[in-house]
Parts: sequence; structure tokens; C-alpha cells
Amino acid sequence: MSEIKTQEFMVNMGPQHPSTHGVLKFIITMDGEVITKVEPEIGFLHRSIEKIAENRNFLQIIPFMDRLEYLSSMFIEYAYIYPVEELMGIKVPDRANYLRVIMMELNRIASHLIWFGTFSIDLGAFSPFLYAWREREAILELFEMATGGRMTSNYFRIGGVREDIPDGFLEKMDSFLSTFNNKVDEYEAILTKNSIFVERTKNIGVITKEIAQNYGVSGPNIRASGINWDLRKTDGYCVYKEFDFDIPLGENGDCYDRYLCRMKEMRESARILMQASKNIPQGEIKTKISPVIKPPQGEIYKRIESPRGDFGVYFVSDGSLKPYRLKFRTPSFNTLMIVPEIAVGLKIADLVAIIGSLDLLPPEIDR
Amino acid sequence: MEQINNLITKISPLLLEAIYFAFWAAVIASALIAIVMGLVWLERKISAHMQQRFGPMVVGRHGYLQLIADAIKLVLKEDITPTDADKIVFFLAPVLIFTGAFMAYLVIPLGNDLIVRDLNIGIIYIIAVTSLTVLSIIMAGISSGSKWSLLGAFRGAAQIISYEVPLILSLLGPIMIAGSLSTVAIVNSQSRIWFILVQPVAFIIYIICATAEVNRTPFDIPEAESELVAGYFTEYSGMKFGMFYFAEYINMFTAACIAVIVFLGGSSGAFLPGPIWFLIKTFFVIFIFMWLRWTLPRFRVDQLMEMGWKYLIPVAFLNLAVTALIIGIL
Repeated sequence: MSEIKTQEFMVNMGPQHPSTHGVLKFIITMDGEVITKVEPEIGFLHRSIEKIAENRNFLQIIPFMDRLEYLSSMFIEYAYIYPVEELMGIKVPDRANYLRVIMMELNRIASHLIWFGTFSIDLGAFSPFLYAWREREAILELFEMATGGRMTSNYFRIGGVREDIPDGFLEKMDSFLSTFNNKVDEYEAILTKNSIFVERTKNIGVITKEIAQNYGVSGPNIRASGINWDLRKTDGYCVYKEFDFDIPLGENGDCYDRYLCRMKEMRESARILMQASKNIPQGEIKTKISPVIKPPQGEIYKRIESPRGDFGVYFVSDGSLKPYRLKFRTPSFNTLMIVPEIAVGLKIADLVAIIGSLDLLPPEIDR
Repeated sequence: MEQINNLITKISPLLLEAIYFAFWAAVIASALIAIVMGLVWLERKISAHMQQRFGPMVVGRHGYLQLIADAIKLVLKEDITPTDADKIVFFLAPVLIFTGAFMAYLVIPLGNDLIVRDLNIGIIYIIAVTSLTVLSIIMAGISSGSKWSLLGAFRGAAQIISYEVPLILSLLGPIMIAGSLSTVAIVNSQSRIWFILVQPVAFIIYIICATAEVNRTPFDIPEAESELVAGYFTEYSGMKFGMFYFAEYINMFTAACIAVIVFLGGSSGAFLPGPIWFLIKTFFVIFIFMWLRWTLPRFRVDQLMEMGWKYLIPVAFLNLAVTALIIGIL
């Protein structure tokens, strides 16, 4: 009997789709249910922030940084301010650095909670999404208390932070943290040992160490493959050297390991926050610098550990009031390029699980 | 009085039968639509409370009029037919699924003698008629002119067909014990003990297969929202979508009714009248369906098929064999 002739067909997992986490297009060529080729298409969310930044002075750029990647806005603000401060040789007071770490780690927990909610909805479990949002509400209230804005806060300044935290902030944060570990236990109870979830994520989308290093993957994605790379320990920027925390590592680099890594990272961030709230020193929150910010001529590249990986900022200054060039090296851009490599041979349902577990974020890819 | 008697004897018995069925069809249709509205409201409230939120609260006290507002909205929406669609088949698919969903209620007994027609092939008739859903899903998927709908239709058809086998196998155990296919006979033979206590394995298999048959999570692959937007009924809008949506809930109610008839004793129970017990038990089974939907993640297609063919069918056969053995011994 001769073989039945089948034909490969092309589907558009288009810009508007419930699980591309934003506007991202995948052109998928399939043979039946099995994927033979994936081609991502980006640019739907390009806002030319890098070009806009060339026409604004240094203070005006900070709100743009909030919106570059709105789920981890504190990180992007810090990533932008860090090279400028280094180039100008500004020393930031300790209390300001502690406040920055507090805001960043709260933001890391919030970003991972969103990842958790959307990942479980992609896999069909609808309820954890709302539980994650409930915890995130507590964090957003903390942000609003300190900065006035829930998601885009415009809080960091060159030389420190904009204003001090109000009374009651640390108490509220402590009460949030005291129940947080139990809440993470609840989330793990729904998904971690659930055999449906394990079958959907174990051995799916394995990123080997070679592929990860070749493509420049970073963050929890590479830590799940077993490589110990966390800029908070490697570079020790800000005051992270004074905190005691572990880096969770995985073994296989499949979706399940990435899930476990991020869940553990949430707990580690809570640990950092508890130490920060105990040890925060009194003092100034901003160095006295001239209101006109004019860095010397030069170029500098600095990177930080954002929830998605290595976020780098390459800053070229020509000595004027506006940056000459501000280039962002975003982790999701590199992580997206891995998808065509690891998705071949899997099914569409697996592609959804992979995209969810990699924590891709189109605003970061397109800038 | 005499004139009415004369009138009735003059009308042929066939016409009387037709009027009888038309009357009951209208009653069942209206009752089902009311029940579906209640079910959708219940689903939204249960899911909301499981997710720590309130659900509909504005339209009517605690949102019980929300469904009427939604139905009016659906009726007023523009009915879009895609250019690439096969127009006749596209139109017929929701009609067919609605018909198949309703036809099962011919043999559902609400209480003693409260049944439209006690066919002596009761259970098999229900299974056969609810299989019209598969046909309608394939029609909807193929005629929509969209690759995503096609994918959803194929997955849906594969899933429903493969889960029909363990479904019937699990029902055969209680049928063997009752000795009849008629729904009334099965209910009556549970007068001493409910079949859920005699056939617990069959009950579990039945619940799993029924969830697969009505396309609910964890088996909602044909309409996997995160992958295929809405699967085979992506391209439907307005009241045609409403038909699919309602038919899904009617199917769920049918599956729950079968569970109650075959495993939970139908309408038997003390103090309250039969139909009230029937409804209470049905809503209990429906609560289980809803609970599963809002807790568990979704299977992948091949894992689903694997579970159906490799695990459920052997267990169902084993259950059948043990039942037959025990009946033979006793």
C-alpha cells in the first residue's frame, strides 16, 4: 500500500493570540500536529525608545525606562541609571542602595508572580492566575505607598532615589513577607506534583548548556540548565554583596526545571527582602549633585540581573546634556531566538508551554 | 364536555401522539434553556469563589439576571460568516449540535413515570444521540475556512471518539447488574443499593470519560483557549456561537443526568419528591465537573489519547470482567 501523501501547512500564531504574552508572531510550519519549523516575527511593539532617549535629557528618560519593560520597571530604571552614575563617578549613599534593592526584589517577586499566573493559564489551569494576582496586589500597594505609582513608578534618580519610604512601609512589607512563603507553598501544591502538569513540562523544550551559551541565554533559563550564572553574585553590583541568598539551579533545562527555578527564586527574593528590612541603615537617600546632569565624554556598558536575565545598557556620552547613544541588550531578545531551535519536532501545545516557561516579554524584545 | 369527547375520538391517534410529543418537546426545550442559564450562572459563581472573587453581582441580585443580559447581547450581535466558509455547512453545524443535545431528554426519568417515553434501549439511545456532537464539531471545523478551526475540529473528533469506548464500557457494568437498558429499569433496580457503591471503579471511569465527552478541562483541547483561541467555533459569532455555548452546557447536564440515573439512584430518596432529589444529585455531579475544570491543567492531545486507549479501556474491561464473574457466581 503506498504512503498517504500529506502536506505540510503553515499556521500563523499571530500577533493577537492569547498566549504569546503580548504582540509576537510565530509562523509555524507543521506536519500534522508536529512542528517542523518556527519563525518568530517581532517588531509589533517597537516604540523606538532608544531613539527617543537621544533627544531627552537624563532626567526625562527615567519615565521611559519604566515603560520599556513595564513588568520589571524598577530593574530597567536601575539598569539605565547604573552606567550613568559609574561614568560620572557618583557614589550613592547606603540607604539609597538598600531602598533600591528592596524595590528591585519586590519587583522580581511581582514579575515572577505574573509569569506563574500566565504560565499556568497557558497550560489550562485557570485559578493560579488569580491567586498570583492577589499576592501581586499586595506588592503593588507597597509600590504605591512608596512611589505613588503601582507599576510605573519613576522612583530612581541619578545619585539615589526620589524620596524616602513613608512610615509603615517596612511593617507592611514584613507582614506581606511573613505569609508569602506559605502562599508559594500553596501554588506549588496546585502544580508541582500534579501529574498532568509534570507530563506537559518534563523533557519539553530542553535547552542544553551548549545551546544556552551559544545563544546568550541568561537568567533563570540558563540556571535551569545547570550553569551557575547570576549577576547578583558574579558582578556584585549595588549592595548585593551584603546579602545572603542562594542561587537555585536546575538539571535538565526543560520547562519543569525552569518552573522550579523561578518558584525557588521567589523564595530567595523574599529572603533578601527580610534581610534588607532588618539591616537598612539610616542616612541620606540621594547624593548632592548638580541638577544639570552632564556626564563626561566616554562609553560604558553595565549589566544587571533582571527577572528575565542579563539586562545590559551600553551608554555613549558626548559630554552634552543628552545621551549620544543608549543601547539596551535585553534578555528576551536572545531567549526568543532559541525557540526555533528547541521547538522543532514538538507539538503546538508544547510550543505554548515553551514560550510560557521562557518568560518572553515582547516589550523587552521590541523596545 | 360531549363535544370535546367527540372531537378527541375523531382526531386520529397519530395526531394525538404528535401533539403529545410537540407539547413535551416545548416543555423540555424551555426547561433546558432555563437550566442552562442556571448552569452558566452557577459556573461563573463557583469559579469566581474558587478564585477569590465574586463573579457577576450587578445584573440582578448576585448576578442571576446576567445570563439574560448575555443572551440578549448575543442575539443582537452581527452574524459574521467568513468569506472562505462553506455557507450551508457553516449554518447547519450549530443547528445539529443543538438538536443532538435536546434529543437525549426523551428518556431521562425525572421520577416515577415522569418520562416522555420509556424506550427499552434507553441508555444506548442517549449515547447514540449525543454522538451527533462529533459530527457537528467536524462540520464546524471544516466549514469555517480557518486552519485553527480545522485543527480544533480534528482534535475534538479524535478525543470524543476515543473516549466513547471506555464510557460505554463503564456503563455496561451497572447495565449488567440491572439486566436492562431502559433508564426506568436501571433506576428501579437501585432501590436497595446505589450502583456507585457496587461499581466505584466504573463511576470514576464514567466521570473521566464524561468530562472528555463534553470537552471540559482537563480535556478541553478542542477549545483550548490558550492555543487555538476557541478551537472549532472560533469563527462563529452572535447566536450561532450562543448555540454552541448552550449545547456544551446541555451536554454537561446530560452527562450528569446519566451519572445520576446509572450510579446515584435516579430520583430515589426520602422526604422530598423524586424530581427534587434528581436535581439535587445532578447538581452535585455538576459541581464535581466544575471543580475539576477550575483546578486542573490541560492534557496534551497525545497524552489524552494515550490515557484513553492505554489506561481507561483496560481498566474498564477489567471492571466488566469482574462484574460478570461476580454475577455468575451469585
